[in-house]
Amino acid sequence: MESTNFIWDLMGKNLWSVVAVISLPLIFVLIYALVAILAELKVSAWIQERLGPMRTGPWGILQPIAEVIKLLQKEDITPTAASKILFNLAPYVIFTGAYAAFAVIPFSEAYAPANINVGLFYIFAVGSFSAIGIVMGGWASNNKYSLMGAMRSVSQVISYEIPAAVAVLAVVVLTSSMNMMEISRMQEGGFWNWYIFGGPGGWTKIFMIPFTLTLAIIYFIASLAETNRLPFDIPEGESELVAGFHTEYSGMKFAMFFFAEYANMFVVAAVVTTIFLGGWTSPFGSFLAGAGWGAFWFILKSMFVVFLQIWIRWTLPRFRVDQLMYIGWKVLLPISLVCFIAISFFSLLNLG
Amino acid sequence: MSSYLKNVWAGFYTAVKGMMITSRHMFKKSVTIQYPDEKFDLPANARNKLVLDMSRCNACTACAIACPVNCITVEGVRVSPEDPHQEVHADGKPRKVWVTRYEMDLAKCCFCGLCQAACPSDAIKHTQDFEYSAYNKESLYFKYQILTPEQSAEKVRLLAEFKEKEAAAKAAAAEKAATEGKPVAPKKAAPKADEASEQ
Amino acid sequence: MTEIKRYDLEYSQLDSDRMRINVGPQHPSTHGVLRLEVEVDGEIVTEVVPHLGYLHRSFEKHCEKMTFPQIIPYIDRMDYISAMNNEWPYVMALEKMLDVKVPEKVEFIRVIVAELNRLANHQIAVATFGMDAGAFTPFLYYFRDRESIIWILERLSGARLLYNYFRVGGMAADIYPGFKEDCLEVVKKVRKTNEEIMDLLIHNNIFIKRTANVGVLTPEVAINFACSGPVLRGSGVKFDLRKDEPYSVYDRFDFDVPVGVGEVGVVGDCWNRNMVRMKEMEQSCRIIEQALEMMPEEGDVTGGVPRRIKPPKGEMYIRTENPKGELGFYLVTNGTDKPERLKARGPSFVNLSVIPEISKGYMFADLILILGSIDIVLGEVDR
Repeated sequence: MESTNFIWDLMGKNLWSVVAVISLPLIFVLIYALVAILAELKVSAWIQERLGPMRTGPWGILQPIAEVIKLLQKEDITPTAASKILFNLAPYVIFTGAYAAFAVIPFSEAYAPANINVGLFYIFAVGSFSAIGIVMGGWASNNKYSLMGAMRSVSQVISYEIPAAVAVLAVVVLTSSMNMMEISRMQEGGFWNWYIFGGPGGWTKIFMIPFTLTLAIIYFIASLAETNRLPFDIPEGESELVAGFHTEYSGMKFAMFFFAEYANMFVVAAVVTTIFLGGWTSPFGSFLAGAGWGAFWFILKSMFVVFLQIWIRWTLPRFRVDQLMYIGWKVLLPISLVCFIAISFFSLLNLG
Repeated sequence: MSSYLKNVWAGFYTAVKGMMITSRHMFKKSVTIQYPDEKFDLPANARNKLVLDMSRCNACTACAIACPVNCITVEGVRVSPEDPHQEVHADGKPRKVWVTRYEMDLAKCCFCGLCQAACPSDAIKHTQDFEYSAYNKESLYFKYQILTPEQSAEKVRLLAEFKEKEAAAKAAAAEKAATEGKPVAPKKAAPKADEASEQ
Repeated sequence: MTEIKRYDLEYSQLDSDRMRINVGPQHPSTHGVLRLEVEVDGEIVTEVVPHLGYLHRSFEKHCEKMTFPQIIPYIDRMDYISAMNNEWPYVMALEKMLDVKVPEKVEFIRVIVAELNRLANHQIAVATFGMDAGAFTPFLYYFRDRESIIWILERLSGARLLYNYFRVGGMAADIYPGFKEDCLEVVKKVRKTNEEIMDLLIHNNIFIKRTANVGVLTPEVAINFACSGPVLRGSGVKFDLRKDEPYSVYDRFDFDVPVGVGEVGVVGDCWNRNMVRMKEMEQSCRIIEQALEMMPEEGDVTGGVPRRIKPPKGEMYIRTENPKGELGFYLVTNGTDKPERLKARGPSFVNLSVIPEISKGYMFADLILILGSIDIVLGEVDR
């Protein structure tokens, strides 16, 4: 197997290269988060026929930096009655969970920080980390709103992981691999080979397209719930729970929650990209393909999914707790199971 | 089962429909403007900052009476005919009353426009200027003056003198009448200076 | 379909502690400074106690110290979202007491500005209701349209929100040239946006799921609590003072009184209350169009205003249809230029009293929506 990490090729395996491999995603997360915050502000403004931030830099592109500076300057308050250790630890736990998931994301054919065989498994494992952080922060805040938000969040993250996992498993059935690099590589050769369109295969794969398409949508919806975005943002449901689990946070700790939310958005977008949208492969076959273009396509596709998340957020109203559970258990799970079984059946018949 | 599927489809379909609507708005021209750089035109009758034209004011106190929040204080003194400093009022006639004190507390003002409607000489007006916010309330307390405090005191004194003279003349006339044997009501001496200033 | 998810309060067989939460006065969706003391069992609301008075300005006592024209700016500040509608009953009461004949044109201007303001009010009501449900975008679409309504009212009266435009026996100023065209433009805009909001928000399945069958207010309860306006009509009771006790020139217009019919959910739930507002906007548009048609071109608007307002000793109660419900002013005069007593019967205050009754047994997130569907303005609740 050829190398999947250009830094190893470049520098060999030593301390510095390890630091470089680790810090590259971190730098990416920080830059991406700033871009995503700006995108959220601007897309919401465009949807609402506003201008959005315009004062900081040309067209307000420095707004996220200004916001980070503002948050850094703010007073860092820890409530008197809060459980201090947990309260201070929670934002970093959440951010760690989000950041750790970047380890297996294949940015390009030449760069995946850790090319492990059970990449998808790993993402689901560390993805649940955020639930721990949320419940830590919500409980330690000693605030009723925070507690309610944390309780809602945990039940939500846990129940939405199941349809998401089933959706991913269906693709794993087709690929018979959990290595995200491998999954990406299988989809090479134009957008028609992406798993959202049934993956590579002969004309008989058209029977699978409805199922894979449904699974992609199901995974996308479930990922919205996992990242606590609208219409599933009931843990921080602004109108009822003030700010949910991060009501009591301020300053840099709030900024960590903020970063973690956007980092999580990218993680789920990357998973959607990798398993359904062809990962780093070019949509036009060998045209514009290659290691550098791979990174470009991957980030472009992921940012498109992030844009979809933002677009949905500014369109739809919010669900209620029981409806959220209803959708998770009674709508998404059965449909994803049906699709899963159908795809397994097709792959058994070797149609794909 | 069919209602279940219909429900799921309706949820998906209406969400997509909503997204189509918002996507249409994404490329429309924005309706907001860059405020301090561009501004909306206010209508001519906009009720914003109160401004007084002292050359028109007659200290009639109609505005102070009409004001529901008592943010206007007016004091005036009649012009003594012997005053060497005479002025022509904005309406073309000689000024009858000196405005010795006109104070407006715009921090109190509720911008109802009742003073503007009450003013007989169009002296007090709401303008289109709405950017006059300040850091302390004192800078919203507007004092209008055309006379220095010394001048105002002078005007008060002049009027008092004039009134004294008038009263003295009247008293003399009354005395004269009394000596001529006509009954006259008992009258007070000359009025004090502080009573002379009219409200 | 019409299964109402109102949890039995003995729902929980588990031995659980109930939690008391203070919602407000600094909560993002209490529509001002209302404080709700909520007792929840998990997510289910078991008790709601509204606490008022954070915005109390002693309006009624204050009015006793003011002359009659000076009271009008204060009345604006009661329900600041629909100030035009507020001024009307007060001015009407004084006109009745003074026996002042109001010119024809003035009546039509009053109808038009009141209906324009009703549109603005309902836009805010639907918009904030959507925002309570989590949809932020319709809110700004409505605010964009409301701006053009506000612009007309600003050009008429000089102020954007607190108009002080009504006078006893007339108006403060005549209409400006081009008023008709502006109004027709606004009506067109409102219709277009309403069509869009219908798809974007009202008929969105998530929104229906959130609001239908929630906070059901039965007609009996609504009448017992003296609810009025869209809250009462949402429960299916056809009662509108503009139709049932026509004041001014409302008897000359052809318009319907929309009531909740339960297209989705049951009659009297949040969705139907909200839908009544959407339908009323259409009716207001119709009234504006007819009034513009019927309004006499010539007429003295400002001339009939008496210089001194000194009504004879007596008392008067006038009620009109505010966008939020029935607004009444009970005016007692003692022969001077100041009222002896001015009692306001505000619709928001009365409608708010029904909250504890209709929100028990629903979820905590529903409570916010129920509060939003009642459409209160704290300036009028506390006065």
